[in-house]
Amino acid sequence: MGKIITIDPVTRIEGHSKITIHLDDNGEVEEALFHVTQLRGFEKFAEGRPFHEMPSLMARICGICPVSHLVASSKACDMLMSVRIPPTAEKLRRIINLAQIAQSHALSFFYLSSPDLLLGMDSDPAKRSIVGVARENPQLARSGIQLRALGQEIIELLGGKKIHPGWVVPGGVSHALSAEHRDHILSKLPDAISIAQSTITWFSQQIEKFSEEISVFANFPGLFMSLIGSKGELETYDGRLRLADDQGQILEDIKAEDYKSIVAEEINPHSYLKSPYYKAQGYPAGMYRVGPLARLHLANSCGTPKADQALSLFKSLDHRSAFHYHLARLIEILYAFEMIELLLRGDDILDTHIRAYAAANAHEGFGISEAPRGTLMHHYKIDDNGLIIYADLVIATGHNSLAMNKGITQAAKHYIKNDKLSDGILNRIEAVIRTFDPCLSCSTHAVGQMALDIQLIDASGAVIDRVAR
Amino acid sequence: MRVVTLKINGQEMSGRDDEDILHVAREHGIDIPTLCQLDGVSEWGGCRLCLVEIEGSPKLSAACVTKVSEGMVVNTNTERLAGYRKSIVEMLFTEGNHVCSVCVSNNNCELQDMSHELKIDHISLPYRYPLKEVDASHDLFIFDANRCILCTRCIRVCDEVEGAHTWDIAGRGIKSQLISDLHQPWGDSPSCTSCGKCVEACPTGALFEKGKAAGEMVKDARFLVYLEEMKEEKS
Repeated sequence: MGKIITIDPVTRIEGHSKITIHLDDNGEVEEALFHVTQLRGFEKFAEGRPFHEMPSLMARICGICPVSHLVASSKACDMLMSVRIPPTAEKLRRIINLAQIAQSHALSFFYLSSPDLLLGMDSDPAKRSIVGVARENPQLARSGIQLRALGQEIIELLGGKKIHPGWVVPGGVSHALSAEHRDHILSKLPDAISIAQSTITWFSQQIEKFSEEISVFANFPGLFMSLIGSKGELETYDGRLRLADDQGQILEDIKAEDYKSIVAEEINPHSYLKSPYYKAQGYPAGMYRVGPLARLHLANSCGTPKADQALSLFKSLDHRSAFHYHLARLIEILYAFEMIELLLRGDDILDTHIRAYAAANAHEGFGISEAPRGTLMHHYKIDDNGLIIYADLVIATGHNSLAMNKGITQAAKHYIKNDKLSDGILNRIEAVIRTFDPCLSCSTHAVGQMALDIQLIDASGAVIDRVAR
Repeated sequence: MRVVTLKINGQEMSGRDDEDILHVAREHGIDIPTLCQLDGVSEWGGCRLCLVEIEGSPKLSAACVTKVSEGMVVNTNTERLAGYRKSIVEMLFTEGNHVCSVCVSNNNCELQDMSHELKIDHISLPYRYPLKEVDASHDLFIFDANRCILCTRCIRVCDEVEGAHTWDIAGRGIKSQLISDLHQPWGDSPSCTSCGKCVEACPTGALFEKGKAAGEMVKDARFLVYLEEMKEEKS
């Protein structure tokens, strides 16, 4: 009779989930499932609201990446208004989106994952935290805090507050950037860029210690999807939607708002997280990955000099492994700060023409942008008066649902050889999930809390071993 | 008209006998909280926030509609009144669907300000979560019944200043609701002149301009006071 191992709650991720590992009669791992145990429901209660309220309403989905939702939602509203927003407004939106990506990546790498990477997967769980990191390598912890703080500060200087700024609005942004704020941000960027560079150097020296993890942390061939710039460069705000395989062969390159022609969603009984897949390959074969790993896999360049240097290192690695999400995140932090500097030095960045005004001119709107965790899609329909009658959100974390399940199955099969568990093994299985940096509050429209519980369940469904936190 | 002397919160003062307690108190620097009261339109006495204690009277009186009289002794800020005021505002919150963080009037809302003033940090009553509609049929404005506290300021300004009387209340008690004309969509209203006075008079985010995002609706009903002053100068 088989068994099930349950990890409940999964720790050091954003949101609430558990993992179950199913064993067969011989005690071998059959499959592992990532259960998201919370439900939010934003798609439903947006119905009936005036569309101009959507960006702020959608931003409330998440306190970590409210800006990502603000941006995608405002883009969908621009389309409902049928306006082209002023060029300066687009640049300002790009800056706040990049600041969001940088601060969220800093949170994921330094606060959530660096304890595993610095102290080791088998280190004492009581010390395996950002506090342990601060004791062992204070500079690393400081770097994380500084990078995140600058990302948050840029959001605050542009949007008025760090969390849930209302500044990005349908048609553009609500306030122009002042010279004083621009100069303040510019004065802080060189330090952040050098911190990001030195962290990349430090981390690239650690990578070889993790060769076993790299080989089994969701390391498989498959598809990758992200927005892409017109010259094939990294793009986080606009652009076309591209889907390619691990060899770089492009399967789809479409207008982003046509995403429903290639992506469909499946609902699993074990999770509130929907599982999108590539329609042409069906479910579940059409599994694909999004986020920093996918973006850097698909991009031929970052478009900023220092990040491009780091990109060549990334390209030389076996980046089919989700382990390399970590390096990809660091490279994107570097890119974000470099790109913010470029945008801030533009001639028209202080222009006060930053908002287009219009009523509802189209019944349907799509807003697609890159959130820290991957491609974020908002799709709204409105009635003649501009009230929302339909909202559909495909959240970055959701895209990775199938890959996360396959990734933890791969790791569980590798590490669990009989029905005995150790903390180090469980932590590695959690660490697979952490590489994806899922944000479950965003992706399920949820009511509840996240933490980790691993259960070992036999073939009859009985729980035979369990490690919970 | 004659001048009377009275005492409010122990302070001796005088006022004209055709003035109400609220205005005499405010003239002497004593503030009494209100939501339905609006300078420039008639008094309504509906929100009950301006309830005061008058010595010798067993019941509480609304200061906005109670005239001052000779020898009157009024208390405006007793513990009992503070408790009632808190309950009234809590009930306003539970009766509608007021979600400040995503409201167009966030940080520019008299209901929100009132809850701060009365130090309401949580609601002790169960929320009703009523199913209410948003009327966005008008070209320029939106009426969101979820945020309406039935203060009738819009009704009075539309009727008394604009002279259109587009707005009114239908139903009774908990079923009371603001309607335009004969309960038809605002956009179809033949009487509405689209002047926007109701929007400026509304204390919450119930009436607002189309196209405003969260926190962007700032209202200013001071035009009513200027109208009032101009009328006085003319007469």
